[in-house]
Amino acid sequence: MEKLLVAQNVSKSFGSFKALNDVSIEVPKGSIFGLLGPNGAGKTTFIRIINQITMPDTGSVTLDGEPLQPDHITHIGYLPEERGLYKSMKVGEQALYLAQLKGLDKQEAKRKLRYWFERLEIGDWWDKKIQELSKGMAQKIQFVVTVLHEPKLLIFDEPFSGFDPINANLIKDEILQLRDQGATVIFSTHRMESVEEMCDHIALIHKSNKILDGRLVDIKRAYKNNTYEVGLLTDDDVKVLAEMKDRFDVSPAHFKTINDELQYKIQIPETASPNDLIQFLTQRGQITHFVEVVPSANDIFIETVKNN
Amino acid sequence: MNHLSLVIKREYLTKIRNKSFVIMTFLSPLIMVGIFALVAYLSQLNNEKIRVIDVLDESGLFAGYLEGTENMSFQMISEQISLEEAKRNISESEDYGLLYIPETETISGLEKTIVFYSEDSPSLTLMRDLENTLESRANTLKLEEAGLDAARIKGLRLNIRPKLETFEGEETSRMGSGLKLIFGGAAGYLLFMFIIIYGNMIMRSVIEEKTSRIVEVIISSVKPTKLLLGKIIGTSLAGVTQFVAWVVLIGIFGWMITAVFGIDPAALQQQQAAAQAESLGGMEQMVQDVFLEINQLPILNLIVMFLLFFVGGYLLYASLYASVGAAVDSETDTQQFIFPILMPLILAVYVGFFTVIDNPHGMVSQVFSYIPFTSPVVMLMRIPFGVPLWQQLISVALLFITFFGTVWVAAKIYRVGILMYGKKASYKELMRWLKY
Repeated sequence: MEKLLVAQNVSKSFGSFKALNDVSIEVPKGSIFGLLGPNGAGKTTFIRIINQITMPDTGSVTLDGEPLQPDHITHIGYLPEERGLYKSMKVGEQALYLAQLKGLDKQEAKRKLRYWFERLEIGDWWDKKIQELSKGMAQKIQFVVTVLHEPKLLIFDEPFSGFDPINANLIKDEILQLRDQGATVIFSTHRMESVEEMCDHIALIHKSNKILDGRLVDIKRAYKNNTYEVGLLTDDDVKVLAEMKDRFDVSPAHFKTINDELQYKIQIPETASPNDLIQFLTQRGQITHFVEVVPSANDIFIETVKNN
Repeated sequence: MNHLSLVIKREYLTKIRNKSFVIMTFLSPLIMVGIFALVAYLSQLNNEKIRVIDVLDESGLFAGYLEGTENMSFQMISEQISLEEAKRNISESEDYGLLYIPETETISGLEKTIVFYSEDSPSLTLMRDLENTLESRANTLKLEEAGLDAARIKGLRLNIRPKLETFEGEETSRMGSGLKLIFGGAAGYLLFMFIIIYGNMIMRSVIEEKTSRIVEVIISSVKPTKLLLGKIIGTSLAGVTQFVAWVVLIGIFGWMITAVFGIDPAALQQQQAAAQAESLGGMEQMVQDVFLEINQLPILNLIVMFLLFFVGGYLLYASLYASVGAAVDSETDTQQFIFPILMPLILAVYVGFFTVIDNPHGMVSQVFSYIPFTSPVVMLMRIPFGVPLWQQLISVALLFITFFGTVWVAAKIYRVGILMYGKKASYKELMRWLKY
């Protein structure tokens, strides 16, 4: 798959503190790329390097095959985690200013702003001052300004903080639509459910090092361990449980049902197939529940960080 | 439009449109003119009362010879009254004080024996006038005692005023020093005020970007150095606009006030001028002197150097103010960094107003007119007194070299500082930032 952004062996130190250590990341074109990691792992430093706010000590970054250069900023839209707007300026003139800084000329910026303001139903805010807006309202404007110049690469750092669920959903849909229109999205967040929902690829940075990356499905496949969550109605719970424990690795599970059944997680040997387990179970009772346990992004995150 | 001009435009427009900026622009000259008018009015009121001084002259030498001034008049009282009685009388009357001249054998005896009684301690002006009046009469008496004709001696007195000329043959006059002082002092002080007012404005604008958290959005589009430069230039343009507005408004308000209250500034000036003219041998001579002096001030040199030092000095300090703004998180934290910036500036003004006035080409004046942090103020004050061009050029060169140095340092601190949220940097950290 074609790569939009390629970072190779990027390192960056601040004094004696190493913020990034030999990090290489490839972001495929047209994907939503989750950049994950605990607080202080080095995500923001990496994003700032892409935005040419800070320069890497060693290593290289290319955008669309070209080494990063100043005029690339017009191809990047960046919504930082620490974001705000000039309090004393009006919404419209502020958005125009920011759009012009991204290289749009005034008329074009105005036209595009009108379009986006209509689309997000904020058209009547044009002459309001920022200090009159709520946090969520200001976030919408920041979002518009980030995507206005139709950048190839969009970088969102915690884009949903400050949004109510309705607006968070609205923004999520906009991001997905931008992806469908060809934009590549780098997405940094702690909210694992949105990673699960949106990201095709992820990279996990921990203590300045990249410790995991790849397609989310591949990673999940690698992390699954042949465990199934089952519900079984039996005549003799004690006997069946003893038999189960005899043959498999069994641990209790809890899920909501209407039956009064045995609820267990069962890990089968790698050589076995789920059909073997089903066969075993059908001989001993009535199956009410059978699901493969796939690790969530959250589980993977916690497990990987703990192991490092 | 490129980034720099966009930033400049935004900085300028937001400053100009800011409510408090607009209010200050109109209010300051009003307040200044108002205070001026008030002070003028009050001091007029203060002096309007003529103080009556009762004179108990037991010596009998002064009767008829004591002339009052515009603030003071004398009233002789009968010698039959005793001193105690006179004092009692005066405390009952409205009169200001009692001058007691006792009987004396020799005129010299008067030096120590005259007493002035009053309820409160008299003002310096009143005492000076009183002493002058008494001395003048006593001296005349003394001369007469020695058998000399006082009137004749007065007629024979000479006033020697050496004509002043430089080695190059330029004529100068004693008016010159005062005038030079005004030119130099005004230039230096103007720069000082400009730096403090608009330096602070730049600092606040940097802090605002930090606290409103917009700075990271901005510098993902604009290089921090450009943002810094745009801020300094935009704010300075707003400053120049405000200054020009002030000058114009002060003119207008001043004219209005004189028209409304009927104070005639020309008449006031004439009064003062006339008083000075007496000692200078005529009004005409003085006016000539002033024009001569203005003509002989190195006007072109002054203007060119004023611009160079003003721009250089202002930018030097403005970049420091901006880096202070970047190093802190809120305005309350700025004190510890502002103080070291203000120190050389205040020092420069003091050196200017005390040392340069005393001796424009002395050792201290010279040294401080080379040090880049004080040179803009001190050199501007020295130039009207005539500073060789090579000295001026060295000083300007040093100033601009240092300016590029501080901008480099400021840009480094700025670049790192604007992205540091939630903490106030220490000096040690600032040093570390320079290496990032």
